[in-house]
Amino acid sequence: MKNIIVCIKQVPDTEKVSINKETNTLIREGVPSIINPFDENALEAALQLKEKTGARVIVVSMGPPQVEEALRQALAMGADEAVLISDRVFAGADTLATSYTISQAITQIGNFDLIICGKQAIDGDTAQVGPGIAEYLDIPQITFVEEVEYVDNKFKVKRVVEDGLEVLSTELPVLISVTKDINEIRYPSLKGKMKAKSAKIEVFNAEYIKADETKIGLNGSPTKVTKIFTPTAKDSGEILCGDAKECAEKLVKKLKQEKLI
Amino acid sequence: MGIRIIAGKCVGCKQCVNACPFGAISMVEKLAVIDEFTCKLCGACVEACKVNAIEMDVKKVAEKQDITQYQGVAVYAETRNNELQEVAKELLSEGKKIADQLKISLVALLIGEDVKYLSEECFKYGADKVYVAQDKRLKNYTTSPYTRAVVDFVKEVKPEILLLGATTMGRDLAARAAVRLQTGLTADCTELGVDVAARAFLQTRPAFGGNIMATIVCPDHRPQMATVRPHVMKKVEVADFKKGPVIDLKINYEPKDFKVQVVEIIKEVKEQLNLAEADIIVAGGRGVQSADNFKLIKELAHLLGGAVGASRAAVDADWIPHFHQVGQTGKTVQSKIYIACGISGAIQHLAGMQSSDIIIAINKDADAPIFKVADYGIVGDLLEVLPALISEYKVQ
Repeated sequence: MKNIIVCIKQVPDTEKVSINKETNTLIREGVPSIINPFDENALEAALQLKEKTGARVIVVSMGPPQVEEALRQALAMGADEAVLISDRVFAGADTLATSYTISQAITQIGNFDLIICGKQAIDGDTAQVGPGIAEYLDIPQITFVEEVEYVDNKFKVKRVVEDGLEVLSTELPVLISVTKDINEIRYPSLKGKMKAKSAKIEVFNAEYIKADETKIGLNGSPTKVTKIFTPTAKDSGEILCGDAKECAEKLVKKLKQEKLI
Repeated sequence: MGIRIIAGKCVGCKQCVNACPFGAISMVEKLAVIDEFTCKLCGACVEACKVNAIEMDVKKVAEKQDITQYQGVAVYAETRNNELQEVAKELLSEGKKIADQLKISLVALLIGEDVKYLSEECFKYGADKVYVAQDKRLKNYTTSPYTRAVVDFVKEVKPEILLLGATTMGRDLAARAAVRLQTGLTADCTELGVDVAARAFLQTRPAFGGNIMATIVCPDHRPQMATVRPHVMKKVEVADFKKGPVIDLKINYEPKDFKVQVVEIIKEVKEQLNLAEADIIVAGGRGVQSADNFKLIKELAHLLGGAVGASRAAVDADWIPHFHQVGQTGKTVQSKIYIACGISGAIQHLAGMQSSDIIIAINKDADAPIFKVADYGIVGDLLEVLPALISEYKVQ
């Protein structure tokens, strides 16, 4: 295997986001940016394949200049190269425009056998960009992968579905998106961190990736957000009083009355 | 960049900072600054600004697609093992509502090995017409041939709205098909509506871990595509349904569509039901305290015929496999009853379960945020409450 491309996204750490109870808005001050957790598993999967096959691991990320931080973290974990896809004209991109932009960047890198993404990003939760990239590059995709096996130039993966697993095989190149169950991520070594600090990160802009300006940013995005609102809070529920036995009695009675159980 | 702050007008009131659902605005020396990359150009700040200090460009469309030839609502009626899935019935029912509002027809699309016989069921849930792409190579789902079937169907039928289930199949398929069709797609919607006057399809979905809801439209491209979360829409059988035409589609598959091959399908023999489909979920968190105590959770779940869930804390502590995790980095569920035991209710857990019908919280800490979303709360030690519930259920 020659090159493995890993797509990562920098996201706000939603674990650290809280809600202002008075205004019902998100409090984001001081919320750190992290690599999307599923993308860390994607990188780990790539690094494990690198150890087995000697492939080069190239991480790419689209976003503002501060995404460099996430890319350096990926380099510290063991990625060989990092590419930042960044340009003012990419702003306002939905999943269609994002898929196009990233696929154009990957075409510029060229010569890849495998693309690995996290199954979805925790800020948008769409799970649409991975398949979008695969479509633009005209290669097969396998999403929600929890196990990979690479033997004799063939790929065998397990894909998680609602009622079990699908075992699939494919030739390269292919794009896969991975779940958290695929592996345990490693922590960067001190040596890795030192190396990442001074590593050069390539920046690809719209011109470099030969982007069609009608397909990027806001202009390339068919979807539009028209309204944002906070979900209506539920009416406050009922706290059942008494000791454990009394509470249990009341609860079972209520559920039976309402024919819920 | 399509948006800017007019420095002379901005008074530094922070209204826009609070209004921005994406956290893209910050104050720098009493002046609002928009982070151009985080900004999604949704315009929430423009509306919130009392002094008209934010200016936004109107989107330019390179070439307008002729969208007038697109008409009707289409539903991809998902099948597995030649059986119609529940989500298909839900979407047909919801699709019918939309079609009735817009006074247009509803068509169903069946794809599979031997699925034509399911047309009758599609009619029962409101379809006026059923299209079938049947081929022995389509026995098991893989992305490419199914994408080709969906894309060829859209080219022939030209629906203005296309719905798919937000299942592992629907999300994989819709994402690929939408790009090939060069149209917009909204993921995992929990609410659908129409603006009849504007003939716009309003797609609402949770974002940012369920903390905010976003309504999304696709004004200039067709079909307007959405995946819809299973278990949200109500399935309704049409009492006096009529059988309409059933049309076979001829799909020109290419050899490259079959590069991915299904080697084996492993049905998980689980002691419990699958979480996403379960009507009742009993979930444990940090308060369960040990792997051993999870037996109580499992016992109650088993008794109620439900599934076992867990918070991230319980999974991280290795008391239960990640497979059971509910929440943002786990599964999103929508059960009829969700019993949260010893779960404090961090927002990323709430994101995965708060749309359940009835939420029951059992927690020692009366101030735990889980009680805010609970319909019934018991403040107490789950190690006492659960055994009491189990014996009470058996008695009553």
